[in-house]
Amino acid sequence: MPKITYNTHDNNTHTIDVQNGLTVMEGAIQNDIPGIDADCGGGMSCATCHVYVNDEWLDKLPEKEDGEEDMLDMAFEPKKNSRLSCQLIVSDKLDGLVVNIPSKQG
Amino acid sequence: MIKTDVLIIGAGPTGLFCAHQLGIIGLTCEIVDNLDKAGGQCIELYPDKPIYDIPAIPECTGEELTNNLLKQIKPFNINFHLNQRVEELKKVGNRWHIRTNGNKEFDVASVIIAGGVGSFEPRKFPVKECEKFEGNSLFYSVKDKTIFKDKTISIFGGGDSALDWAIELSNTSKVNLIHRRDGFSGAESSVQKVKELNDQGKINLYTKYQMEAVSGENNIDTVKIKHDEGEIKEIKSDYVLGFFGLIMQLGPILDWGLNIDKKKVEVNTENFETNINGIFAIGDICSYPGKLKLILSGFHEGALAARGCFKYAKPDEKLRFEFTTTSKAAQERLGIKSD
Repeated sequence: MPKITYNTHDNNTHTIDVQNGLTVMEGAIQNDIPGIDADCGGGMSCATCHVYVNDEWLDKLPEKEDGEEDMLDMAFEPKKNSRLSCQLIVSDKLDGLVVNIPSKQG
Repeated sequence: MIKTDVLIIGAGPTGLFCAHQLGIIGLTCEIVDNLDKAGGQCIELYPDKPIYDIPAIPECTGEELTNNLLKQIKPFNINFHLNQRVEELKKVGNRWHIRTNGNKEFDVASVIIAGGVGSFEPRKFPVKECEKFEGNSLFYSVKDKTIFKDKTISIFGGGDSALDWAIELSNTSKVNLIHRRDGFSGAESSVQKVKELNDQGKINLYTKYQMEAVSGENNIDTVKIKHDEGEIKEIKSDYVLGFFGLIMQLGPILDWGLNIDKKKVEVNTENFETNINGIFAIGDICSYPGKLKLILSGFHEGALAARGCFKYAKPDEKLRFEFTTTSKAAQERLGIKSD
């Protein structure tokens, strides 16, 4: 199973086995990783599953759909490496992905 | 004090259909919502997005769904109390008293919380000093646009609200529009208009900038913005407006003594009552084993919660199960004339 590392804002690191096909957001919610709210449940409608992706991973991720960048305008402190974790579907290619969870979601 | 059988908190699809179910079994209700219109997430987050999983409706938008639900509950003449957020819940004898932030008071036999993920509140600037100016020279919505006349306004955001206000206020004020990227999520025609106004010098457009700091004595006088590449600009501003959409906050419901886990209210699956007798929770806000956050689940939950309310509203009567196809009483309540 691919391993996804979540760095939370309290400086803790959680490395979790996440099943292929789940989203990075679902991996966090199912494993009680703090700091991801996912209010809308994965519909790209709320920007509360916002994460910062480690730079070396930026180009390896699937490109953003139009709606994702629009939603990121609403996120708390968006940066160039911002993504919505509900849009990142876990696969073997994402094994080792590191995401950083912002201090808050809104 | 408004006296009715049930208060529904939240005018999203779940709350609206629950009002229908209450009406069918002969209970009265009133609906409170923090937004200025009914529809909840359907209307606020995705009014134009098609929904494909409402039973027997192959495709409809959030707005169409809302309008149809409003039509469906029309026979019951339900009062809506919009722009109201519930604040206080108090048990008085065997009734509940609820007060909103607009000081509306309700006296009810039971309460159904259909609050989605909480009430919608504007998203705020991450910069801490903004709090100090909020309400005097920094706003997240415009209530009185005349205060901006002949002033310098810095507007942040890239959606329709930011663009529309930039265009509108550029007639009477000096407007800076600041957005974090080159692309905008607002309507293309507004984007073009803003770019034209920028070319004509009527709006100063700063893209790839975000707020770095605000400063001023009592009111804002200067805003610092920072470019993606690190360059910092200082712009003079009398007012700052931020339009980053809305976020959902559970708010005062958290303090009502309900069992809450991960921002969800725990309920039983028999009638969706919470740990407090007479307080029910349905839709996205409730949690139970196997909960699905679907509109159709909210409809089911509302149907059962409505029946759960019956014994509190009419303790001396027995609720009989009836179908709308054959029940004279239900048809009468729906205003259908029998021949």
